[in-house]
Amino acid sequence: MLSRVAENIYWMARYVERAENTARIVAVNANLLLDLPKGIAPGWRPLVDITGANALFEEHYKDYGERQVVRFLIGDERNVGSILSALVAARENCRTIRDFIPREAWELLNEIYLFARENLSKGVTKGGRHVYLKRVIQGAQNITGLLSGTMLHDQGYDFLHLGRFLERADMTTRIVDVRSANLLPEETTDLRPFETIQWVSVLKSMTAYQAYRRSEQVRVLRGPVLRFLFQNETFPRSVNHCVESLRASLSKLPRNDAALRVAGRLKRNLEGSEPRRLNQQQLHDFVDDLQVGIGELHQEIAKTWFPPVPESQSQAQSQG
Amino acid sequence: MSIDWNAYSSDGFYDELVAALGQGHTAVAGLLADLEALGPEELVARQEAANVAIKEMGITFTVYSEEGGAIDRTWPFDIIPRIIAQSEWERVDAGLRQRVQALNLFIDDLYHEQRVIKGGVFPREVLAKSVNFRPQCIGVDPPLGIWAHICGSDLVRDSDGTIYVLEDNLRVPSGVSYMLENRLVTKRVLPELFEHYAPLPVDDYPSQLFDTLAALSPRPADYPEVVVLTPGIYNSAYFEHSYLAQQMGCELVEGRDLFVDKDDCVYMRTVDGPARVDVVYRRIDDLFLDPEAFLPDSALGVPGLMRAWKAGNVALANAPGAGVADDKVVYAFVPDLIRYYLDAEPIIPNVPTYRCMEPDALAYTLEHMESLVVKPANESGGYGMLVGPASTKAERDQLAERIKKDPRNYIAQPALRLSTVPTIIGARLEPRHVDLRPFILSADRQQVTMGGLTRVAMRKGSLVVNSSQGGGSKDTWIVPEPPQTPA
Repeated sequence: MLSRVAENIYWMARYVERAENTARIVAVNANLLLDLPKGIAPGWRPLVDITGANALFEEHYKDYGERQVVRFLIGDERNVGSILSALVAARENCRTIRDFIPREAWELLNEIYLFARENLSKGVTKGGRHVYLKRVIQGAQNITGLLSGTMLHDQGYDFLHLGRFLERADMTTRIVDVRSANLLPEETTDLRPFETIQWVSVLKSMTAYQAYRRSEQVRVLRGPVLRFLFQNETFPRSVNHCVESLRASLSKLPRNDAALRVAGRLKRNLEGSEPRRLNQQQLHDFVDDLQVGIGELHQEIAKTWFPPVPESQSQAQSQG
Repeated sequence: MSIDWNAYSSDGFYDELVAALGQGHTAVAGLLADLEALGPEELVARQEAANVAIKEMGITFTVYSEEGGAIDRTWPFDIIPRIIAQSEWERVDAGLRQRVQALNLFIDDLYHEQRVIKGGVFPREVLAKSVNFRPQCIGVDPPLGIWAHICGSDLVRDSDGTIYVLEDNLRVPSGVSYMLENRLVTKRVLPELFEHYAPLPVDDYPSQLFDTLAALSPRPADYPEVVVLTPGIYNSAYFEHSYLAQQMGCELVEGRDLFVDKDDCVYMRTVDGPARVDVVYRRIDDLFLDPEAFLPDSALGVPGLMRAWKAGNVALANAPGAGVADDKVVYAFVPDLIRYYLDAEPIIPNVPTYRCMEPDALAYTLEHMESLVVKPANESGGYGMLVGPASTKAERDQLAERIKKDPRNYIAQPALRLSTVPTIIGARLEPRHVDLRPFILSADRQQVTMGGLTRVAMRKGSLVVNSSQGGGSKDTWIVPEPPQTPA
């Protein structure tokens, strides 16, 4: 398989996953804000913090108001992490590999892209947002299902997995990092109910609430939630599950020594810590470490299997 | 309700179907009767079925637009086939082989001894002004001495029924995938006609192409690695590049997928590491092939590719520099070249051509511009061309000035009256002008497609058959004789 094709499949998967995750965090934030008292509600800024695009945001918007943030995350094409940009990029990557993926997957991706573009003005309104985001999430899930059910499970599929799980691991760590930082001081007992609400919202943004209840069998608390999101082996959006999936795909590829070593380090880092015992600063450092590891893994994958980046053109597909 | 053939008038043009009927061609008579039996409603329904099939099969060509980026348009196709009798085709087939053989000898000669110039057959100043002559290729010996492995020659038929060669495309001729797909669609929508007339098959082209390319491999003992090199998805012929790669079971690569290593061999980057490439079927122009040898800022090509080719470590098809014979002035010399290299008379004539570099021809051209088609030597796609009968005096005067300044760069030809074929327009059949592009493969042996791509000017009276300008296409049937008529 050509390196370029592998790279295109990888990025297509990443961008589809990114569109889905962005839709999830917007949808859940909207819900969360309705449940919190005005005075302590963190507002919309944390969403931009999660994507790490604050500089770009501040360049184009005056304040972190709901309308601005939602537009920025859903439909602003200057933001490479917006849902629309991610779908555009997924589609461009998909276009050149139409021989490798089933035609229906291309059509489906095209359909979601067209939906996202044509319904943008409805999607950024309070009333239309929910339906819009739900369609995007479902669309991304449909693509994943369609590919799993129809694509050859060959090397191309391994690269699809790498893209998807790397992006997902990245997003899960970002969500935890930002969301837990916005939480209230740990000691303020009279605000406890609201803390619970916020952890519930974290779980919900990953469709993890039900799974958490079944798997942990305790009420929603910081410690068990952190353990669940980082270390659970069976929940498909936990960091551990993502890393395990990455290792499984990597192990099937040729010349995989270096990449497997990086993934192994990530795994050890994940297993060797007890996130529930970490205070906020330590948790933040821990997440930082994980993110560095995820970034290194991407570099290693690119170095081993993708074509070298031409000097004239620095990496256009940033992780922004 | 039936088709009213009396209402069908080709206005004095040579109509391929009607003329064949007049000559007592029974297969054509049968076809006309069968079309009539289907009736216009059914024909329109079949045409619609074909349109749906084309959409479903994803047969597209790409048009670039400023706002929307690249747009895939579905391929316009008319279901009424264009029929050529096998006996006539055999003569055309022989003529094309002869022509391409002479062209290959000519190109090889130009890059070596230039006997043709020394012998006074081909003027040195024509070569000196050729924009497609590549000094980088002087002295190179490509495998088998062949330069133009894939040639697409455009044929037209004038009102007296004579078939002429209009031009030879020796650089990166395209269209063959549409020839193949047109046949598939016709089989789907007109199966009963197909059974009756049993046109000779065209579908072995991809395997013939692969054999042609494989025969060029510098490592003949191994199973050669053949790749198709495309400029990328925004190229108008990307569908074809992808289609041919798929049909031949080859990788479709872009320039950045390949690199030339210190050993002067070409490798492609795969997830398993570098893989040696033996033959590159390149669908990008010479000047973009290798930034080290040609345009230094080309991002489409592969640095060092020419080095590897000259070292004999990779075969390029068509060979760089083959385009020197793909020039409208050179075209005018092809009959002479056939006589010179093959000591034979041309089987298919050229369109009579006035070479403006010759004083008599220049005078004639300037005097008769109104009835001539004047073409610059090195443009394709109709750019810079003047169609005399449709031109204004100002346009003619302007061009006359340019010709006088650079006569070598112009040729003139009488305006041809292109033949027509019945075409479904709305719910009726109307004559539309056509040309024909067969493809000739040359390596250890020569092969000619059975027919070729018939292109149709869909607008009434128009002679422009290019797909980007509203042209369509038809399936081309080479029908054996005696015809296998229905019982």
